[in-house]
Amino acid sequence: MLIKLSGGIVYDPANGINGKRQDIYVRDGRIIDKPVAGSKIDKTYNIAGKVVMAGAIDIHTHIGGGKVNIARIMLPEDHRHDSVRKTSITRSGCGHAAPSTLTTGYRYTEMGYTACFEPAMLPINARQAHMEMADTPIVDKGAYVLLGNDDYFLRMLAGRKDQAAISDYVAWTIQASQALGIKVVNPGGISAFKFNQRKLDLDETNVYYNVTPREILKSLAKAVHDLGVPHPLHVHGCNLGVPGNLRTTLDTIKSIEGLPMHLTHIQFHSYGTEGDRNFSSGAAQIAEAVNKNKNISIDVGQILFGQTVTASGDTMRQYDGHWHAHPKKWVMMDIECDAGCGVVPFQYQDKSFVNALQWAIGLELFLLVDDPWRIFLTTDHPNGAPFTTYPHLIRLLMDRSFRNDMLSTVNKAAAKSSILASLDREYSLYEIAIMTRAAPARSLGLRDRGHLGSGAAADITVYTEHKNKERMFAKPDYVFKDGELVAKSGKVVKITKGSTHTLRPEYDKGIEKSLNTYFDRYMSIKLENFKLQDDEIIELGSGDIIIQPCN
Amino acid sequence: MSLELSMHTPPEVPLEAELLTPDRTVGMDSNAVSGIAIQHGNRQVTVGDFFTVKGKGEGELHLEGDLSRVKHLGSGMSSGSLYIHGDVGEHLGAGMSGGKIVIDGNAGSWVGPEMSGGRIIIKGDAKHLVGSAYRGSAVGITGGEIYIHGNVKNETGHGMRNGLIVAGGNSGDFTGVNMLAGTIIVLGEMGIRSGAGMKRGTIISMHPTEMLPTFSYNCDFNPIFLRLMLRALQSQNFNIEDKQITGKYQRWSGDSVEMNRGEILIFRE
Repeated sequence: MLIKLSGGIVYDPANGINGKRQDIYVRDGRIIDKPVAGSKIDKTYNIAGKVVMAGAIDIHTHIGGGKVNIARIMLPEDHRHDSVRKTSITRSGCGHAAPSTLTTGYRYTEMGYTACFEPAMLPINARQAHMEMADTPIVDKGAYVLLGNDDYFLRMLAGRKDQAAISDYVAWTIQASQALGIKVVNPGGISAFKFNQRKLDLDETNVYYNVTPREILKSLAKAVHDLGVPHPLHVHGCNLGVPGNLRTTLDTIKSIEGLPMHLTHIQFHSYGTEGDRNFSSGAAQIAEAVNKNKNISIDVGQILFGQTVTASGDTMRQYDGHWHAHPKKWVMMDIECDAGCGVVPFQYQDKSFVNALQWAIGLELFLLVDDPWRIFLTTDHPNGAPFTTYPHLIRLLMDRSFRNDMLSTVNKAAAKSSILASLDREYSLYEIAIMTRAAPARSLGLRDRGHLGSGAAADITVYTEHKNKERMFAKPDYVFKDGELVAKSGKVVKITKGSTHTLRPEYDKGIEKSLNTYFDRYMSIKLENFKLQDDEIIELGSGDIIIQPCN
Repeated sequence: MSLELSMHTPPEVPLEAELLTPDRTVGMDSNAVSGIAIQHGNRQVTVGDFFTVKGKGEGELHLEGDLSRVKHLGSGMSSGSLYIHGDVGEHLGAGMSGGKIVIDGNAGSWVGPEMSGGRIIIKGDAKHLVGSAYRGSAVGITGGEIYIHGNVKNETGHGMRNGLIVAGGNSGDFTGVNMLAGTIIVLGEMGIRSGAGMKRGTIISMHPTEMLPTFSYNCDFNPIFLRLMLRALQSQNFNIEDKQITGKYQRWSGDSVEMNRGEILIFRE
C-alpha cells in the first residue's frame, strides 16, 4: 500500500524542515523517500497548503494506573456532565477530567496525538496500568515506573549498597513492570509521610531510613544514566505547590551535578514568597536555571481554569491539598511497600489570586525558556487541566493578543504581579512542532516517532492553518497512525490498537535471589507473578510491544 | 383535544423516553409524535413502535398501559400536564422546572431528581431516592412539590435544597439524608437514621421514630406553619386527623455533625 500526501507544508524539526512544501510518501505504515517513477500510488490525499506535522506525543499524562480509576470512581458527576454516545465504530464513554480509557484514546487521536506516556506507574500496579493503557485505543503508550519511595530501594540506599546493585534493581524493575523510564515522586517523601513526617525538603532526612531526597535523586539519576535509559530521570520534586519551593527546585537542579534530569510539571515547583500574600512567581529564576543547565529538561504542567481532578503519587502534598478539595471529597492511599497515592478533585478559578498566578507562572515559563527542545507542552493531565485543553493552551502560546485578553480577565492582583503582559514572545508552528513532537520523541528515545524522515513510523497529523490556533489544533483534517487514516476532520474513522513502548536494560540476574526472599517476606504477590510478561500485554489488548534500544 | 398514547407492545428492556413531555409535543400531530426517536436498550426506535398515538399536542399528554419499564418520562419539562394511567418507571420528571405530572399507579426509584419546579402527584407508591440528588451531586431538588399518597423507600429527599416532599404512607431509612433545606412530611412510619447529615430544613413525622444520637431534643410545640400545611394536604385527600393539626410536636435539632440547624418534628399524641 503506497499513500501520497501531496502538497502539504511540512514542519519536521527533527530533520530541520521548517514550513517547506513537500510531498510525503507512506508505504506499509512507514514514511519512505520518493518512490521510483512509475510506482503505483494506491491513494493520494491532496493536502495542498495544509500544515503537516508528525503525530503529537504527550510525554506526561495520567491515563492509567490505580489513581485514575479512583478518580473515575470518585467523580460520577464528571461522567454525568460529559457523556459520549457510541457511534458505528466507537464505543460509548464519559468523563471530562478523568475520561474513560476508550474516550481518552479517541479524544487524543481526534486532536492529532498518536502517543501518550503515563508518568506514574507503581511497580505493584503495573499490571493494572498496562490493562488501562491497553484499553486506550489507537495511540501508542508507555509508562515510567515509580521508584525512590519503595522500601527495597530505600533499604539499599540506607544500607549503603554499591551503585551497581542499585542499577541492577532499577533495571530489573523496568523489565518486570514493562516501563520506558524511571519516575521519582517527592523523593523519600511519600515514605516519610507514612512515618508521620509532613514535609521533606531536599536535605531533610527521612526519619526511618535516614536518607535525604538529594541522595535518592543522585542515586536514581546515576542508575538511569549508567543503564543507558534514554529518558532522563523523570522528577516530581520536593515541596510541590509550597510557596517558596523555587529555592528547592533550584537546589535540585544543582544537586544532580550535571546528570540528565527531567523536571516535570515545574509550574507547581516555581513559587516564591514575595508580595503581600507571600506567594509570587519564580518563573524567571527557574527559566534562567533551565536555560543555563543543558542537562535539564522540563514540562510545564500548565493549569487552565475550570473543574478538574488532581491525581498524584505524592501523598504528602495531596494530603495538604485536600482542604481545598472541590467537590469536598478526596482519597489517600497507602500502596504496600511501593508508595501511595492521593486523589483530590479541584477547581481552578480565574478570580482566585493563587490560581490566576499559577496560570501566569506556567505561561511565563513557556515564554522564558529559550530552547523548545527542552520544554514540553503538558497540563499534567488531569492535574492542571484535562488534556482536551491543549489547543487552547497552544493558542495562548502562539497568540500574544489573545493571551493578553485572557490576562485581563483573571484576578487583577495576580495579573499585576506577573510579568506576563511584558512578554512578547509568540511560539511559531515550528517551535510547537518541536515541543509537541520532535523533542518528546528525542527525550524518550523513540527514534522512529516524532519526525517525518524516511523510515519513521507514519504517524502524521494534517491541519488547516487558521488564525485561531485553538480551532486549528482542536480538529486536524487528517490523522494517520502507522499509515492508517484514523481520524478525519476531528472525528475518529478507524479504530486501531496502539503499541506499547518498553525498554530492556541489561542487569545482573543475580539480584532476583535477594528480591525473591524479600518478596516472600513482605509483598502481597510472588516475584514470578509480579513480573509482567509480553504476551500478557498483548492479551490485554495492546497492538504489540516495541522495545526501544538503550544508549 | 389532548394527546393520548396507549402502549400496544410492552418493551423487553427499558425505554428511555425523555423526549415525551407535554411541552415538547405542543403543536405535533399524531404522526409527528409517532416518529419521535426514543431509546430501547441500546437501539434507537420510535414512539410509534410501542405506542398508538391519538390527538394533537396541546400541552396535555396522557399515557396509558404498563409503563413501569419506561424511564425518564417528563424529564426536563417546564410546562403542561402529563397524566400517566398506570405504573411508571424510574427518573420520572428528572430535572423538571414546571408543569404537572399525575400518576395513577406506582412509580419507580428516582422520582423528580434535581427538579427545580412544578408538581408531581403519585397516587400509589414510589421506590428509592424520591426528590434526591444524583450520585456525586451535593444538591438535590431546588424547588417544586412531590406528593406521594403511598409509601416511599430509602433516601427520600437526599440533598434536598428547597421545595416540599409529602409521603402519605411510610418512608424507608435515611429520609432527608444530607438535606440542605426544604420540607419533608411523612404521614406514616419513618425509617431509621432520618436527617443524617442534614444542614437545615424540616422533616415531619406523625409517628415516633428512632433518632440518631447526633440529634437533641428541644421542646414540644405546635408550629403555626404546620397547621396551614396539613390543612392544605387534607384538601388534597391526604389522611390527616384533626388532632395532628392541633396537637403538639416534639422538636429535635440536628444533625450536630453539621452545625445543628436542621429540625425533625415528631407528633406526640
